[in-house]
Amino acid sequence: MTTTTTTLAQAEEVVPDAPERRRSRAGRGADSDDTRRTNWWATALIAVCSLTILIPLYLAVAVSLKTPDQLVTGTGFELPDPIRWENFAEAWERTSFPQALMNTAFITVGSVVFTLLTSSIVAYAIARNLHRPFFKGVFFYLLAALFIPFPIIMLPLVKQTSLLGLDNQAGMILLYTIYGLSLNIFIYTAYIRSIPIELEEAARVDGASTWRVFWQVIFPLLGPMNATVGILTCVWAWNDFIMPLVVLTDPAARTLPLAQYVFQGQFNTDYTVAFASYLMAMAPLLIVYVFSQRWVISGVTRGSIK
Amino acid sequence: MTTLTQAVRSTTTPGEKPRRASRLRTETKRALPAFYWMVWPAVIAFAAFHTVPVLVGIFFSFTNYAGYGEWNFVGLSNYLNLFRDDRALQAYGFSFLIAIVATVLTNVISLAIALGLHSKIVAKNFWRGVYFVPYVIAILVIGYVFQFFFSNSLPKILSGVPLFADNILANPDWAWTAIVVLTVWQACAFAIIIYLAGLQTIPSELYEASAIDGATGWRQFRSITFPLIGAFFTINVVLSLKSFLQVFDQIISLTNGGPGTSTESVTLLIYRGGFTGGEFAYQTANAVIFFIVITVVSLFQFRVLQRREADF
Repeated sequence: MTTTTTTLAQAEEVVPDAPERRRSRAGRGADSDDTRRTNWWATALIAVCSLTILIPLYLAVAVSLKTPDQLVTGTGFELPDPIRWENFAEAWERTSFPQALMNTAFITVGSVVFTLLTSSIVAYAIARNLHRPFFKGVFFYLLAALFIPFPIIMLPLVKQTSLLGLDNQAGMILLYTIYGLSLNIFIYTAYIRSIPIELEEAARVDGASTWRVFWQVIFPLLGPMNATVGILTCVWAWNDFIMPLVVLTDPAARTLPLAQYVFQGQFNTDYTVAFASYLMAMAPLLIVYVFSQRWVISGVTRGSIK
Repeated sequence: MTTLTQAVRSTTTPGEKPRRASRLRTETKRALPAFYWMVWPAVIAFAAFHTVPVLVGIFFSFTNYAGYGEWNFVGLSNYLNLFRDDRALQAYGFSFLIAIVATVLTNVISLAIALGLHSKIVAKNFWRGVYFVPYVIAILVIGYVFQFFFSNSLPKILSGVPLFADNILANPDWAWTAIVVLTVWQACAFAIIIYLAGLQTIPSELYEASAIDGATGWRQFRSITFPLIGAFFTINVVLSLKSFLQVFDQIISLTNGGPGTSTESVTLLIYRGGFTGGEFAYQTANAVIFFIVITVVSLFQFRVLQRREADF
């Protein structure tokens, strides 16, 4: 077993992970090996253009802090005066925010956990047997589904989920896990094939079974890809609207985007409370993003560049 | 250490087959049973929740099933009726309009911003982080903010311009532009990151060499930058067009298909007709056509764009 661990430690340095390296370089010393002069024109342009991103966010914050009559007179962009914090309390009550948040969090966490556990196993089996017709067939079968857009299966799927009693949070987790398979296996397979097979053989000589090899040798090496797949799944499950809209039937199972949709339908002119509710729906993922920005961007990049 | 590095190299090279075949264990015809156990559950689950709905949909597209009650086979009449259905044709026209305009704008804008972010600017990582923010925001939720902006703020700010003064979202001829704005705003985040990754693959020596030859600015972009990020351009264009054709959340939040049915996309039509209009079978036929359209468009794009790439 000692042999396995030492080879493992070495392999961790060897397994190619170009984007990671590029990222850390960009983080620490991009400016030191970049000998170009600072481009002030580009800086100014980039800063001005970024207003298009920031202005809608500012509008969301500004409106959510206003009283309804401040909206009647103004455009919405004025600074709120006086600030009305009650909007948030009211939105909290009226959209049953805690429940929607719990549903979304449960679905997202469940989807990410199941996706990481299942996609990586399937991808491992496929990656190590891609020369066998059966596994190659499975690979292309799953990959072909990338071409099938959701609207195609939407109507029959809803019949099926309600028939099987899966029109709830557990059903959503199952669907995200299954529909994510295609892309995730594509992402994992290429990476697993770059892990030297010698590592596994050493463990096998020591008597480890295939499952054990996967959990103790391969899975720990999948760190970067787990991050990528986890981020993609998390953003998808958290923000998705159309699937909860058609699949979930019980109002108590509503996710955050769905709760905004229902709220908008009921009180469509109550902008200040609605905006407080929108902000609360966006906030959790935004806060996570602000603190892990670099990690998220490099994860998404790794997933899309082959 | 060296052997390991070599092993990595040889596994990633295409000529790995003979090396593998010489191995004792993998030489056997069948894989270890554990590998089959790893794959079968996923295949079954995938077939049950993806392939079965596809097949059920195709099956019902040949019937007159309303979503409930009795049904009979009606042959191809759903498909034939689709081509005579003005609402369906309008939805296809609208989806293509949105998809094409938004694809062009998204790629032009994100390529420009990626170039800006790639040049040497102050606080590069901060700006990159800002431009990626829309990726983590739900389109529906930020769409409601845009809806307020177009219907309440803009008429007051631009009260002198007739088009904006009376709420562009209520204008059957121009409401689509607002949908494009929201779509592009959200989609640029992802496209910028892809282009940025593409730009980082270009060695700076190329620019230095071309600068010695006297090439600057636009010439460098046309002869070096753009050809070398061709693959990233292809991916971005194909992905954007495919996802924009299915535009849904944006429309729900901004116009809800209105005024009238002037901003109804194919996905919205399938959703509405299928769930509330008693047109289950008819809209599954629509979905089958939609699938064929999307597949043909994607493959066509790949062919055209990849040929362009090869030209350089």
